[in-house]
Amino acid sequence: MNDPQDTVGPPGSRTVALSARGLSKEFRGFRAVKDVDLDVVEGEVHALVGPNGAGKTTLFNLLTGYLKPTSGTITVHGKDITGKEPEQIAHEGVARSFQITSLFDNLTPREHLELALQGMAGGGMRFWRSDSLLRRHRGRADELLEHVGLAGLAERPAGELAYGQKRALEMALVLALDPQVMLLDEPTAGMGREDVDRTIELVRQVAAGRTVVFVDHNMHVVGSLADHVTVLMSGEVLARGTYEQVRNDERVVAAYLGEDTHA
Amino acid sequence: MSTTTETDSPGTAPAPAGGGPALLGRTRGRWLLLAAGLVLALVLPWVIYPPVAMDIAAWALFAVALDLLLGYAGLLSFGHAAFWGGSAYVAGLTALHWGLPFPLAALAGAGFAMLLAWPIGVLSVRRSGIYFAMVTLAFAQMLYFIVNQWRGLTGGENGLQGVPVHFFGLEAVETDAFFFYYAALPLILLGMWFAWRVVHSPFGRVLVATRDNPARARALGYDVERYRILVFVISAGLAGLAGGVFAISHGFVSLQEVAWQTSGKVVLLTVLGGIGTLWGGIVGAIVIVILEDQLASSGFEGIGIITGSVFIAVVLLFRRGIWGTVSDALARRRGERPAAEAVSAADGEEGL
Repeated sequence: MNDPQDTVGPPGSRTVALSARGLSKEFRGFRAVKDVDLDVVEGEVHALVGPNGAGKTTLFNLLTGYLKPTSGTITVHGKDITGKEPEQIAHEGVARSFQITSLFDNLTPREHLELALQGMAGGGMRFWRSDSLLRRHRGRADELLEHVGLAGLAERPAGELAYGQKRALEMALVLALDPQVMLLDEPTAGMGREDVDRTIELVRQVAAGRTVVFVDHNMHVVGSLADHVTVLMSGEVLARGTYEQVRNDERVVAAYLGEDTHA
Repeated sequence: MSTTTETDSPGTAPAPAGGGPALLGRTRGRWLLLAAGLVLALVLPWVIYPPVAMDIAAWALFAVALDLLLGYAGLLSFGHAAFWGGSAYVAGLTALHWGLPFPLAALAGAGFAMLLAWPIGVLSVRRSGIYFAMVTLAFAQMLYFIVNQWRGLTGGENGLQGVPVHFFGLEAVETDAFFFYYAALPLILLGMWFAWRVVHSPFGRVLVATRDNPARARALGYDVERYRILVFVISAGLAGLAGGVFAISHGFVSLQEVAWQTSGKVVLLTVLGGIGTLWGGIVGAIVIVILEDQLASSGFEGIGIITGSVFIAVVLLFRRGIWGTVSDALARRRGERPAAEAVSAADGEEGL
């Protein structure tokens, strides 16, 4: 319906949830991300794709404050968040997951979620109170565990969970922050077909009423979920549009050399 | 179609067995342990020369304070002598010049240690691992040189002589080390209780999370640096409380208290006992202080060689320290998983 180029520049009547302008990141002379413009419209699912080394994860780290941009600006719902710290960005309603599963191995899934819920609600600095205070979040924590299918594993240390279960917990942690914008870094990385389909279903569910940006190599996932796709190549935006549009874009085809069919 | 497919969800494995009885057993075990610790603290001056008993108690609190930082926040301070020794001087000076009762003098020292720790913490928590250790060491060395140079106040290398014990005119406490021990013990136990409170608080939970995975803790909205600064200040306060009591009990403050060897010794005690348990530091203090006292009274010159060898042996053979190794063995005998809250120093550094 819209021309793909319309997603850049003045968004018109649509509200832009997350936006980047002229975003660049240089590491000792190497420009990992070059002058990237990105507009993620509120409520959409937006995929970032590109070959390895295209700068997808660097862009993610810039958007969530784990890296500071060399130049450019980032806004969330019109508010400038450029240069803010990760925890401040989390409080702005932008939550992220990690490509490599990043959990607290000694904590149980329930404790993870209690911690995440407390992170948003506040009160973590209370060193003079009993940690039984965290139990007030237990109800919500168990709901989230149920939602991602971990209800039976609430009390097992996360280090002992199977890979797919860890990914599910990762997703539950993002959901616990009740974010307006979710950034998922390769939510299906390393998963078998069955887990991939389950994850697609889960993302589809949680995307209702939220804005989702995700990175994935799996074109099946991208095709199933994404309203819009931005293709990165060597740190630059190569193409953008709907999945069908970018899939047939000759520059994208050239960049991937048909790679998109086997994943 | 959009509902979760529960039958084939990733979490169909049964919940781990063992809720009630095992938990009850562990709780009872903790109470027994606490009771045993209290009894030991109370009988100590009957079985050991009272000033040595006081040294053990003070060093035990110092080690607990360091463990709070090292074991629970994963930060290795190599400058804690600044807080122990800084407080020792403040406690000594306030007792000497203002005639403060010793508990107030020790608390004044602890307060000074916290004030000192605030800027040092702010400047050093940006680093972790060996850099954190080096930055804290540098600040502690600065304090050492100030104390050494400011002879008019501190007595320089002669130390602060003739620190009196004031205790509301109670002569037994003021003159007899045996009674002094019982007057000072509540301060030590209060400090240990406080460390326990911090570990088992919402703050303590976040602290362990920032130790194990700081990047993830930030993604959950926690300002990791603020947590690290606060635990650094709390740890310094407890180290200061211990140093203040130690100084008063000795009746003088030596330059040794702010020297780097003291920072090294408390790390040694804590790692030897086992980090991340709080009890480990107490065990380490008992072992090392008694060992040093025995060697010193037998006229042996090379104390450092012996304690150093013990340290190396324990670190090589029992990576989790004395307490960690024993409690793991006990847990395994009862068929439980070893306590997860305890980690080795190396594990604490892996976070980022």
